[in-house]
Amino acid sequence: MSSEIRKVTGTGVPLVLDDIDTDRIIPARYLRCVTFDGLGDHAFEDDRQQDESHPFDDARFASGSVLVSGRNFGCGSSREHAPQSLLRWGIQAVVAESFAEIFFGNCTSLGIPAVCASRADLEKLAAAIETDPSTELTVDLENCTVSCGDLTAEVTIPESARTALLTGQYDFLTQLLEASEQIATTGKAIPYFTSFA
Amino acid sequence: MSERKNLFNKVWDLHTVREMPSGQTQLMIGLHLIHEVTSPQAFQMLRERELRVKYPDRTIATVDHIVPTDNQARPFQDLLAEEMMSAIEKNCDEFGVRLLNLDDNRQGIVHVVGPEQGLTQPGMTIVCGDSHTSTHGAFGSIALGIGTSQVAHVLATQTLALSRPRVRKVEVNGELGSGVYAKDVTLHIIRVLGTQGGVGFAYEYAGDVFERMTMEERMTVCNMSIEGGARCGYINPDQTTIDYLRGRPFSPEGEAFEKAAQWWLNMASDVDSEFDDVYQIDAADIEPTVTWGINPAQSVGVSESLPAGESDQEALDFMDLQGGQPIKGQKIDVAFIGSCTNSRISDLREAAELVKGHRVAEGVRAMVVPGSQQVLQQAEEEGLHTVFSDAGFEWRAAGCSMCLAMNPDKLQGREMCASSSNRNFKGRQGSPTGRTLLMSPAMVAAAAIHGEVADVREMLEPAHT
Repeated sequence: MSSEIRKVTGTGVPLVLDDIDTDRIIPARYLRCVTFDGLGDHAFEDDRQQDESHPFDDARFASGSVLVSGRNFGCGSSREHAPQSLLRWGIQAVVAESFAEIFFGNCTSLGIPAVCASRADLEKLAAAIETDPSTELTVDLENCTVSCGDLTAEVTIPESARTALLTGQYDFLTQLLEASEQIATTGKAIPYFTSFA
Repeated sequence: MSERKNLFNKVWDLHTVREMPSGQTQLMIGLHLIHEVTSPQAFQMLRERELRVKYPDRTIATVDHIVPTDNQARPFQDLLAEEMMSAIEKNCDEFGVRLLNLDDNRQGIVHVVGPEQGLTQPGMTIVCGDSHTSTHGAFGSIALGIGTSQVAHVLATQTLALSRPRVRKVEVNGELGSGVYAKDVTLHIIRVLGTQGGVGFAYEYAGDVFERMTMEERMTVCNMSIEGGARCGYINPDQTTIDYLRGRPFSPEGEAFEKAAQWWLNMASDVDSEFDDVYQIDAADIEPTVTWGINPAQSVGVSESLPAGESDQEALDFMDLQGGQPIKGQKIDVAFIGSCTNSRISDLREAAELVKGHRVAEGVRAMVVPGSQQVLQQAEEEGLHTVFSDAGFEWRAAGCSMCLAMNPDKLQGREMCASSSNRNFKGRQGSPTGRTLLMSPAMVAAAAIHGEVADVREMLEPAHT
C-alpha cells in the first residue's frame, strides 16, 4: 500500500499561465522510451529553450516542489509521461486554477495532489514565491488549504481523490484486484461479453 | 429502473462493478486498445506484480505513433522507436495479446483501426492510453483516454476506478452549408464552449446535423471532444451505425448480429431523457473554420479576421500573426492530411476531389497519410493516390505521422502547417517553434493548392465567387 499523503510542504515554482498542455510539459519526442526514467530532465524542455527566464530554469526555484499554475493545466494528451516528468523533476504538488481531467487522474494515481485555488490566491502565491523563493508552501489535504507565510487560502479537490491520497489508497490496482468475483459477475451480465448468446 | 435514461448512464450502470471506498465507480471495460507509446511501462507494472492480462481477447494492440510513414524497414533508423517496437512485440507475445503489427494489413492508427475492424461497437466501454479514444464514442460507446497506470489497471483487472461525469447534450440543428464539414462542426463547438468548457462532462452530440452524418463524420466530431475538455463524447446508435457495422471482421454475425443491433438501438438515449446541461448551436452559424492560435479553441471562420484581445497576444506572438488580419490568404509552408481526426477514406475522397486537376503551390511541402493500411488499400483501388501524387502530394504509409511527430515526419523551424489533425499546441508537429493551422481535409487541400489559407467554398462553387 502507498503511503498516506496529508500534506506537501516545500518551496514553490511560479508558472501562472493558462492552458499549459501536456505537449509543453513533455514534448512528444521524449515519449520515445520504454520506462519513465530520465523524463525529469526534459520537463518543459521546449518552453525552456525558447524562454531564458522560464521558472524551471531559474536557479531561485531549482529546489521547488509545489508548482503554482493557471487555468486548464495539463490539457491535451493522456500521456502519464507529463506528471511523471514533473514528479521526477521534483514537483510533489500542483496548485492551479483548474486541471484537465486525464492529467488530474494521472497525478492522483502517482500520489501528486493537484488542487484548485482562486486566480487571486494563485497570483498572491506566485508573488510571494517571487519575493522570497525560500518561502515554503504547504498544501494541506486534511484542511483543504494552501498556506504560504501569512497567506492561507482555500483549495478544492474532488473528494474521491482527496480520500484516496489521505488514506494512501491512490494506487487503485490493489483495490481493483480485490473485486475479482464481482468483475466476473458483471461481465456475465453484459450482452457483448457473451457474444449476444 | 428509471425511464428517460440517457445512453451514457445506461452504459455506465450496466458496466458498474461496485462503488469503491473512495466513492468512485469500479467500471468494467469492454474493449482495451493498446499502442506502443503508452503501454510498455504498464506491462512492466504487471511483471513487477506478477499479474497476467485478465481478458486478452478484449485487448488488441497496434502500432501507430512512432512508425515511419516512408521507410518502414526494420530495424527502424530511430533506435528509440525500434526499442519501442520490440517492446510491444515482446509484451504482446508474452501476455497473449493480439498485435496488428506493420506486417498485418489491418494495422493503422488505433482510432481508425478499431471502428473499421468492427471492434468498436455501441453500448461498450472502450479505453486506450490515448486521449483521442473519444473517437469511438461515434458508435454510442463510452470511450475514454487513460494514463499508463490505468492501462495497467485494465490489463490486470479489465476495470478502472472512475468518477461519473455529468452529461451535457450539445445539439446542432439545421443545414450545414456547402464546404462545411464535420471538422468545422467540432472546431466550432470547441470555439464556442472553450478548451475547458467540457471539464466534468461527457458530451452527447444530438440534433439533425449528427443524425445525417456518416459514421466517419461522427468519428471526426467525437475525436475532438477531448480538445473541448470533455471526458468523452458520443452519438446515439441508429440505423447508420448498424449499417456500418454489418459485415465488419469483428462484428457479430448472423442471428447474433440481429440481436446485437436490437440491443444497440435500445442503448440509445430514451426520448426526453434527462441531461445535466444542454447547449444548442445553429448549423447555419458554422463556416469553414481555421485555428489561428496555440489551442484548438482559438479559431475563426475563414471569412473572419483574427481577434486582438490582450489574452490573445501570447498566441498571436507565437504564431507571428497580427490581431485584426484576415486568416484567408495566410501563407503556408506545409500541408498535412492525416491523423485520427481526418485520415479515413471519406476524408481522402473529399480532398482528392478538390485536388484533381490542380498542383500543389510552389514551395509547399504536402503529404497525405492514410489512417490505416485498409484506408490506403481502398484509396489506391480508387486511384486517389495517383490524384494526390500527380498534384505534388507525397503519398505515405499509415501512421500518426505529423499529427504529433514522434516519428520522422516533422515541421522544420518556423514552418506554418495547414493540418487536418487535432492539436495546434506549441511544438506539437515536431519543431518547437513550428506553427499549426487546424482545418478540414478539404480546406488543407485548398490551402495546399493556393499556398495560403483559402476558402474551400470558392473551389466548390466557382460560379458564386
